[in-house]
Amino acid sequence: MFSSLKERTGEVLLPGDEFSFEAEDTISLAGPVKPEKVVCGPGLRRSGDRLLVCKSGVLRHKQPNMFWVDSQQRRYVPAKGETVIGIVTVKSGDVFKVDFGGSEQASLSYLAFEGSTKRNRPNVQVGDLVFSQFLIANQDMEPELVCIDGSGRANGMGVIGGGGLLFTVSLGLVRRLLSPHSEVRSDLQQLFPCELVVGMNGRLWAKASTVQQTLIISNLLQSCDTMTAQQRRALFRRVAQGAL
Amino acid sequence: MKDTPLSNCERDFLLKAIEEKKRLDGRQTYDYRKMKITFGTDYGCCFVDLGKTRVMAQVSCELVAPKESRPNEGIMFFNIELSPMASPAFEQGRQSELSVKLNRQLERCLRNSKCIDTESLCVVSGEKVWQIRVDVHLLNHDGNLMDAASIAAITALCHFRRPDVGIQGDEVTVYSPEERDPIPLSIYHMPISVSFSFFQQGTYLLVDPCEREERVMDGLLMIAMNKHREICSIQSSGGIMLLKEQVMRCSKIASVKVSEITELLNKALVNDKKARKEGGRCGFAESLPQERITALKMEETSVEMTDATERAKDIVQKADARPQKVPSPVVPVPGVGQVGQGLQNTWGLEEDEDDEEEAEECDSGEEQEEAVTKMEEERHEKEASGEV
Repeated sequence: MFSSLKERTGEVLLPGDEFSFEAEDTISLAGPVKPEKVVCGPGLRRSGDRLLVCKSGVLRHKQPNMFWVDSQQRRYVPAKGETVIGIVTVKSGDVFKVDFGGSEQASLSYLAFEGSTKRNRPNVQVGDLVFSQFLIANQDMEPELVCIDGSGRANGMGVIGGGGLLFTVSLGLVRRLLSPHSEVRSDLQQLFPCELVVGMNGRLWAKASTVQQTLIISNLLQSCDTMTAQQRRALFRRVAQGAL
Repeated sequence: MKDTPLSNCERDFLLKAIEEKKRLDGRQTYDYRKMKITFGTDYGCCFVDLGKTRVMAQVSCELVAPKESRPNEGIMFFNIELSPMASPAFEQGRQSELSVKLNRQLERCLRNSKCIDTESLCVVSGEKVWQIRVDVHLLNHDGNLMDAASIAAITALCHFRRPDVGIQGDEVTVYSPEERDPIPLSIYHMPISVSFSFFQQGTYLLVDPCEREERVMDGLLMIAMNKHREICSIQSSGGIMLLKEQVMRCSKIASVKVSEITELLNKALVNDKKARKEGGRCGFAESLPQERITALKMEETSVEMTDATERAKDIVQKADARPQKVPSPVVPVPGVGQVGQGLQNTWGLEEDEDDEEEAEECDSGEEQEEAVTKMEEERHEKEASGEV
């Protein structure tokens, strides 16, 4: 199965495609062969002894044995450990209700901030932006967010300061921005200095030195979603020369 | 479902940007978004795109009894539906405040301005008049619903054709579109509404606000005007206080915008009329551009070919020898060619008569072999003449 998956990396798969264990034609005489383990990521689901594709997209592979289907969508489904940008909607007693673009609002306790105690409450108002990660995110329970990591440090999370603009893009662009050697990010770095917070629910917060530059960045990112790499580089070059 | 709440940072940024005279999509203060008007297949169906705001209007008519107070005038009925697909804030069936406000504004703009000649809609005074019904559906909400709805409604009314009616004494005949061409409504003028949004207690103003700008605005001024610079309706909401000069300035801007929009509207109507006359395919499905980003195109694709060569050889080996030459075509009558004799009929009826007929055909065929008219295969023709 590993080999059949490896063959089809980079191909477009549709829901309903399946991968099954092939019968081994040759018996290795060298000794007991360890069965190859395959780790399935999003878009692949195990059903009995077959592997089913449940989302349409491109099959990707990461060493040593991870496979997943890279699909495009705008609707966010919460997953544990992902960092998102949320908007505080209700402040009731000990808990804030945060809207992150999902089917229901998540809860964020006031104690889940770095350095906050019962006496020392964090300064969070209704309508503020918070950058936090999911502690509980499954379909049966209300999602829960926290602004600290496992060891109690903020690690970049918390309330996002004033200024700047919030806008939405597709989830695919967000993943491309966050990948280790992102081309989009390196193109953006050559334009002008800016602060960018990337939430995996498709929300981005950008802040540059002037209002005009912030508007340029937000329009660029929203439009380069569906462009090829060459078109994007051409567009960024035009902006850098001051055309727009 | 509730709409996404507006965060404080978005509100602050938008207000700051407006103070610096910058809009989110780079427009100037008085610019409209890109407007596109398309028509459906039926008369009276019109789609208007204002940026990402999308609206559809459909006009229909029916014969009803008139109102008692006005026995010789037709009836106009307007309805705006906020479809849930326009925004997550719209719920199906519930009459929200926004829907009541939009309905009221559209009625004032079109009905009270008397833009349609209702007396021409009368068929039999006191008994039968035409009821013209305009349904406007909002398909996508990205701000400035009122302008898009008013443009769609008046364009659909201009595009609509009602069935022709003939009156002979007491008899009234309504002709179907196939019997007699339907006739357009008589429209005096075209009122179009222009919306102005105000920020910071009336200090800054923007024309054609998008959805985000609508959320942070203080108040809205709607002016409905026609191209003859007559104001049909003017309404201010939000409770802001405006100075007289501001209102005058807005009305001047509105007259410029209305003349531009009326020109675009007329051009769209003329184009549609031309397309229909030429018999070209017109309508909603045809006007959608073919944006195929999902077409599968690969430089090379692998093809299953392992069995192909073997099967081809098998077929060639098993195939019989080439069939013999086709019998030469004969010409029983000039202009008719016959190749072969056809199969024996298997009905089993009237066998004697068929045999006689076949014998006759053979004779005539032989006689007319030489008199060959135009044939498809010259090769056979040469053979036939060679045989004889």
